[in-house]
Amino acid sequence: MLISVASGKGGTGKTTVVTNLALALAGDYKVQVLDCDVEEPNLHLFLRPKVYATEEVTLPVPEVDGEKCILCGACSDFCAYNALALAREKIILFPELCNGCRGCTMVCPVGAIQERPHRIGVLHRGKAGEIDFVSGRLDVGKPLAPPVIKAVKEQDQGKGIRLVDAPPGTSCSMIEAVRDTQFCLLVTEPTPFGLHDLKLAVGVARILGIPFGVVVNKSTLGYTQVEDYCREEGIPILLKIPFQRHYAALYARGGALVSEYPEWERAFREVFLKIERLVRENARTASG
Amino acid sequence: MKIAVTAQGGDLKSPVDPRFGRSSYLVIFDDETQSFEALENPGQSVHGGAGITAAQELINRGVKVLLTGNVGPNAYYVLQEAGIEVYGVSAPTVEEAIEEWRQGKAQPLNSPSTGSHHGMGGRGCMGPGPGRGRG
Repeated sequence: MLISVASGKGGTGKTTVVTNLALALAGDYKVQVLDCDVEEPNLHLFLRPKVYATEEVTLPVPEVDGEKCILCGACSDFCAYNALALAREKIILFPELCNGCRGCTMVCPVGAIQERPHRIGVLHRGKAGEIDFVSGRLDVGKPLAPPVIKAVKEQDQGKGIRLVDAPPGTSCSMIEAVRDTQFCLLVTEPTPFGLHDLKLAVGVARILGIPFGVVVNKSTLGYTQVEDYCREEGIPILLKIPFQRHYAALYARGGALVSEYPEWERAFREVFLKIERLVRENARTASG
Repeated sequence: MKIAVTAQGGDLKSPVDPRFGRSSYLVIFDDETQSFEALENPGQSVHGGAGITAAQELINRGVKVLLTGNVGPNAYYVLQEAGIEVYGVSAPTVEEAIEEWRQGKAQPLNSPSTGSHHGMGGRGCMGPGPGRGRG
């Protein structure tokens, strides 16, 4: 089962949920975690994996052969990302804007374009105990996160439980991380900001047609509208984590709730059972 | 010779738009025929590479001089490679900007005058700074 953990608002506890779910389930299932928050990956801080492989993530960017180029402008006209410009005597390339679609290579009438790999990030693979660990990191100054996220998701083992730690927000990056997952767990907090962004994230999950449920973190802060909203919309709340100073202290030390408190281990296992049930129900509704 | 001015509207009386890539209009004045044409800046609506798009438009139309407020690094590079002279003007309207340049009072811009993405109003999917909203 491929489960994404997303949030809308940042800092609500996506990584906390992924960490605890992974640790709670690792004894009984084969578990793989995929940190797709490539602009700010932090899952390694909590799972502390032994990294055994690091590879570069690249995009194919064009390289124009000035000898062959006839300055026709076909490539720069074609480029939807404005990564190519035709100046007086040469084609200018802005690799930062290139999305690696290869269209320029295809439209060049004289075969003047070669492709070369342009590094935009790295991928780490490792093991945290029995948990298989994959994490992507976008290079500083590079604007394109989705290709790195895609590279992380290509490491999906395809069996057992796979948990995707999605980036915050509801932009291309979050969509890339959440798409094609079987269930989306939306982590929120009981604040007006949390609710506002939860609604946006719910909208994305609905458009993508992915069944979803909510985790309310810091649930005792007192703002009840988040739970009211879920009730009105018929959105299942799968877990509530109350705000406790010693939980925050544990988090700050890089610890996990399930390692310290057996009741939280049980709670996170139950979350998974609820997810399984919701996915089954959803499949039945879809096929019926 | 063709002179382009970035503008908020489509005629000679329009205010100068200090942004290059994301200005609303490009007003192109031909000092041989004393006529002008105005076009909506194709750069204003693209996700990324606004300055490059606007610069390409000027190149395609044979413009030799650009009068504007600020030019970012990518656009500046393209304009320079194409041999287009770039001037910063302080005049409030297009026609006054052309007059300022005629009198030799416009300041040549010898390097980009802003960083990338300076004139961006909204946020594109591919643009930087998606506003992570960390609590």
